[in-house]
Amino acid sequence: MTEFLKHLKYILTENSVTLIAGTMFLLLILAALFGPYIVPYDPLASSATRTLEPPSWDHWFGTDQLGRDVFSRIIVATRLDLAIAISAVVISFVLGSVLGSLAGFFGGWADRIVGRITDTIMAFPLFVLAMGIVAALGNTVENIVYATAIINLPFYARVSRTEVNVRRSADFVLAARLAGNSSLRLLAMHIYPNTLPPLMVQVSLNMGWAILNAAGLSFIGLGVRPPTPEWGIMVAEGAGFIVSGEWWLALFPGAALMIAVFTFNLLGDGLRDLIDPRRRT
Amino acid sequence: MFGNEKFKMIVGRLLQAIPSIIGIIIVTFVLTRALPGDPAVYFAGPAADEKSIQEIRVSLGLDKSWLEQFWIYASDLVTGNLGVSVSTGQPVVEELIRRLPASLELTFLALIFSLAVALPLGIAAATRPNSWIDQLCRIVVTAGVSLPVFFTGLIMVYLFYYIWGVAPPPLGRLEIIYLSPPPVTNFYTIDALLDGDLETFGAAFAQLALPAITLGIFTLAPLARMTRAAMLQVLSSDFIRTARASGLKRSTVLYTYAFRNAFLPILTTLGMVFSFMLGSNVLVEKVFAWPGIGSFAIEALIVSDYAAVQGFVLAMAILYVLLNLTIDIVYTLVDPRVGLDG
Repeated sequence: MTEFLKHLKYILTENSVTLIAGTMFLLLILAALFGPYIVPYDPLASSATRTLEPPSWDHWFGTDQLGRDVFSRIIVATRLDLAIAISAVVISFVLGSVLGSLAGFFGGWADRIVGRITDTIMAFPLFVLAMGIVAALGNTVENIVYATAIINLPFYARVSRTEVNVRRSADFVLAARLAGNSSLRLLAMHIYPNTLPPLMVQVSLNMGWAILNAAGLSFIGLGVRPPTPEWGIMVAEGAGFIVSGEWWLALFPGAALMIAVFTFNLLGDGLRDLIDPRRRT
Repeated sequence: MFGNEKFKMIVGRLLQAIPSIIGIIIVTFVLTRALPGDPAVYFAGPAADEKSIQEIRVSLGLDKSWLEQFWIYASDLVTGNLGVSVSTGQPVVEELIRRLPASLELTFLALIFSLAVALPLGIAAATRPNSWIDQLCRIVVTAGVSLPVFFTGLIMVYLFYYIWGVAPPPLGRLEIIYLSPPPVTNFYTIDALLDGDLETFGAAFAQLALPAITLGIFTLAPLARMTRAAMLQVLSSDFIRTARASGLKRSTVLYTYAFRNAFLPILTTLGMVFSFMLGSNVLVEKVFAWPGIGSFAIEALIVSDYAAVQGFVLAMAILYVLLNLTIDIVYTLVDPRVGLDG
């Protein structure tokens, strides 16, 4: 463990980009946890006298067409945006890695069925499939989560299939089998934990993509309903004001989205360095 | 024409597309039948009584078994019947076909822009590792995948339309003062050129430029990253060293020897790029009020026009399969390792 901490410290100090990404990640988590308690204004409180004000000392990011404070709305939205992305990634991680492990361990029919499922999902342009799923299941936030989870499933299934497959007849697995462990126990207790590091890298790289997808879906009017503060829908609402010059409505939530995605992408690269130094590019 | 081996591989690849298409049809079928609640009640509307709901159930074929329903769905597809769009009252197929050229024109121009920037950037970055151009490539790649495509589009509109006033308003394919060119391909830029009408061509191109660049920036990242990685790998291989040692010109080594080999992994990446592109197309079309199939789907989604949405999903998936097929066929044709003896 101390070795790991040393390595972690080395990674953070050696590459300043990862350090910045780590700091931004902490800020995002803080905003998600404590956002609603620290913002200067109520994100839903409108004010008829102070609509469409440009950024000022009172309203750092200006106010929207209903006089709501854009800064407060962006901070409060962090929780919903991260919650959608994290739940989606957790679902696809669990389902995908279990399906992938079974396919990689047992081969044969299991492999063929899982392979067919992932191939079928990948045969669609993924964002379009997500739109179709939300349209079919109903226009709610939960269904945005399920749709995002389904389109990310193949990535996890494929990584864990490969990782399980290469370890299936490794010496430590053979030794455990000789000691009398059942197949499922071998897979669950001996092989699966070893596949987690590469999967964690996939999680981090995937988070950014999940955020982008979920925000894209709410940008086209799916899932999150208006007055709820959410980055995608805020950009959508601000889009109409761009052509008349009120840039702060769309620009700030868009920038928040970009920073969140950027953070997870950088973090994913850093995590990859931490877990597998050979795959550095 | 080309070797027997290549021909066999292409036929094999065409056959491989069949299970994908069957999978797509099954998924879209399940999506149409997975409507929350009873679809018959939904389509009958709020004022319907038990009798009219039953009539609609029979007319939609919902009283039959799933297998029968699937058979009807599949045979409808073969005859090009995707149902009628509730919001426009037109057959979905006609709506899609009418709007498809707008989307394709946008996608193709974006792809051309993306390749024109990504390939030289990736090659330059690979030939001079750790130079400023390599750093630039790294920044572009990281920024490209982090920027939400609708956000990029809005920034473009703000800068080029509102601040600098060089771009036309982001409202569709052609400004209202121009007549659309006589339809031949339904790509406005090409039709205008065929008509010899340079003014309309300029106007159509101006409308097209911002959305295409927006879409291109998003897909640039994976292409540039792959070009750089593939070129780096090829440039460090033995045959390049031999070519250099033999005193061949730098450009010959770089383009004739290295790039032709690096091109194969780049082609493979194109498949993923198309998946991104067709998805982001929807978002870009919304930002620029582009009258393609993406905006059609968004309008349909808002009013719960299911037949239209499912038709859109199916059309996009089939388009994606066809694009992937094309990529694989091109791959087989340009791969120097296949069919040398053919």
